[in-house]
Amino acid sequence: MKRFLAILHARNLEFIRDRAALSWGLIFPTALMMGFALLFSNGAQERYKVGVAGELNHPFLQSQYIKFIPVEDLEKAIIKVERHQLDLLIASEQLRYWVNSSSPAGYITEQLLKASGGKRLTANEVSGKEIRYIDWLIPGVLGMNMMFSALFGVGFVIVRYRKNGVLKRLRGTPLSATEFLMAQIFSRLLLIIFVSVIVYIGCDLILDFSMYGSYINLFLVFTIGSLAMISLGLLIASRLKSDELAAGLTNAISIPMMLLSEVWFSLEGSPQWILFISNLLPLTHVVDASRAIMLDGAGIIDVGHHILTMLIMMLVFLFVGVKMFRWE
Amino acid sequence: MTSILEVNSPSKNYQTTVAVDNVSFNIKKGQCFGMLGPNGAGKTTAIEIMEGITQPTSGKVLYKGKALGQLFRTQCGIQFQHTALQEFLTVRETLRLFAGLYPESSDLTTLIKRCNLESFLDSDNRKLSGGQRQRMLLAIALINNPEIVFLDEPTTGLDPQARHNFWDLIKDILSQGTTIILTTHYMEEAAELCDEIIIMDHGRIIAHGAPTELLQQHFSEHIVRIPENEFSIAQIKELQQLHPNLNKNTQLQHSLYQKDSWIEISTTDVNQIMKYLLNEGVDLSFLQIRQHNLEDLFLELTGRELRV
Repeated sequence: MKRFLAILHARNLEFIRDRAALSWGLIFPTALMMGFALLFSNGAQERYKVGVAGELNHPFLQSQYIKFIPVEDLEKAIIKVERHQLDLLIASEQLRYWVNSSSPAGYITEQLLKASGGKRLTANEVSGKEIRYIDWLIPGVLGMNMMFSALFGVGFVIVRYRKNGVLKRLRGTPLSATEFLMAQIFSRLLLIIFVSVIVYIGCDLILDFSMYGSYINLFLVFTIGSLAMISLGLLIASRLKSDELAAGLTNAISIPMMLLSEVWFSLEGSPQWILFISNLLPLTHVVDASRAIMLDGAGIIDVGHHILTMLIMMLVFLFVGVKMFRWE
Repeated sequence: MTSILEVNSPSKNYQTTVAVDNVSFNIKKGQCFGMLGPNGAGKTTAIEIMEGITQPTSGKVLYKGKALGQLFRTQCGIQFQHTALQEFLTVRETLRLFAGLYPESSDLTTLIKRCNLESFLDSDNRKLSGGQRQRMLLAIALINNPEIVFLDEPTTGLDPQARHNFWDLIKDILSQGTTIILTTHYMEEAAELCDEIIIMDHGRIIAHGAPTELLQQHFSEHIVRIPENEFSIAQIKELQQLHPNLNKNTQLQHSLYQKDSWIEISTTDVNQIMKYLLNEGVDLSFLQIRQHNLEDLFLELTGRELRV
């Protein structure tokens, strides 16, 4: 424990004093988020979206410039109205409709419905903030930032240590490989949590994004996700001595991971094999789980399968990484 | 004296080359053991096998009669030839880090004083001068109060002041009964510090013993040195032709070579040489007489051609 703490402390000092790397870790994701917020701030919807549950025979359906979307699960659709993902929702059997009182598009479609004549439907008002692309993006960017920090921060540093002889020097002491690696993991975990919290708070202050779930659950998902990703970094670094090769390999893993883990766009409707690969990536589970918590208010049981998958990934990466680890 | 480290014929092969070829020796407790040899002779591989850092292809090393394990790790101190340390740490923090890696560490205040680290304790360890850096690395090697210390070319690249200062430190450590194993390129260093040396070449030991013993074994001559410009070309030629006997009537052995604008004559009988030189009318104002040293021995054993 004493040895673990000694290495942990030294590594933390190194991180904190490496101002350039630390500020990059903070500035990059924040700037990215601000950039996207600006880009998408004028993204007006081209068409109005109205959900329709059941068969409906109503003159309103003849309206132009409205996209009518068939709805199967009424409860989920109501949530979509709350999140401004649907402007209006009509349940034909109950002769009711739902509209969000704070949505301008909702107001317009409601007026169109009233003006179209036909059967009178009972209004139900819901409320809720609009889910913007930026709200959807936040969990993705936080996860992506965590991935880069884990893969480059741990993997790269260990390869550099091996190359310049720091590992060799440590090997001359009673320190064991497991103690050394655990200290690296925890030090990086602390840093990732610290940076993520700052970026989260900073972006929330400026962008005021949606968070419907529990912070504890989000913290848990992020912590386990970070551990899985750090373990992956460790696995990559377990034997390499060349930092060029380490950089290449880390990029070869992190870039597809960024594209296939739904950080920027949803993979809904993609071919099965892409979804299969996507599910093998730890970042997919971090992003899916945190999105479910933040946007849908999912509980711990709802995201349990993601947490379990990340834990299994972490254990496998860690086991193989420690087994393969070489000081030189 | 009992052996603290037994080196039982380890070998190390790297694909096509044999870096260390079946070397055996014992290191006694409390002695300073020197390992000499030209570049690429296998010194560093050999010392790293002894440190347990490099696994030998065959053979073994025993510390206090046991294989190198956790006991050895806690009781040995190592200074590698090239060491990088964690970045962004000061000297004091680096010392604390290493102190934290051992069950017991020496008193840092005493260690800092002993290795003269006071003046740069709070400097970033990347900003130290060569001498300061070597003193800090030595302090790290001593941080666990080791019984055995390995120093791989500790004074390479240091100026004469820093080197002498470092020697004083090593003598101080030796006076506490610590065993020291040292590789070096400086014969003067080995002569100054070592009780026993091996000279290695091509991965093998080519000489082994106390420095004075080795010199007695290999040399019975003195060296007479005279500046080259005191001789005429004809005289030098004549001297060379006289080789190996200056005078056909005596059995006097001598050898002659030119080195850095000096003529060096290695001889068992200084008086005969002096007589010869006086007869020849050579000006002896700048004459020097010295005994053979480890460098002569080293060059005799390993040859004079440049190693790549």
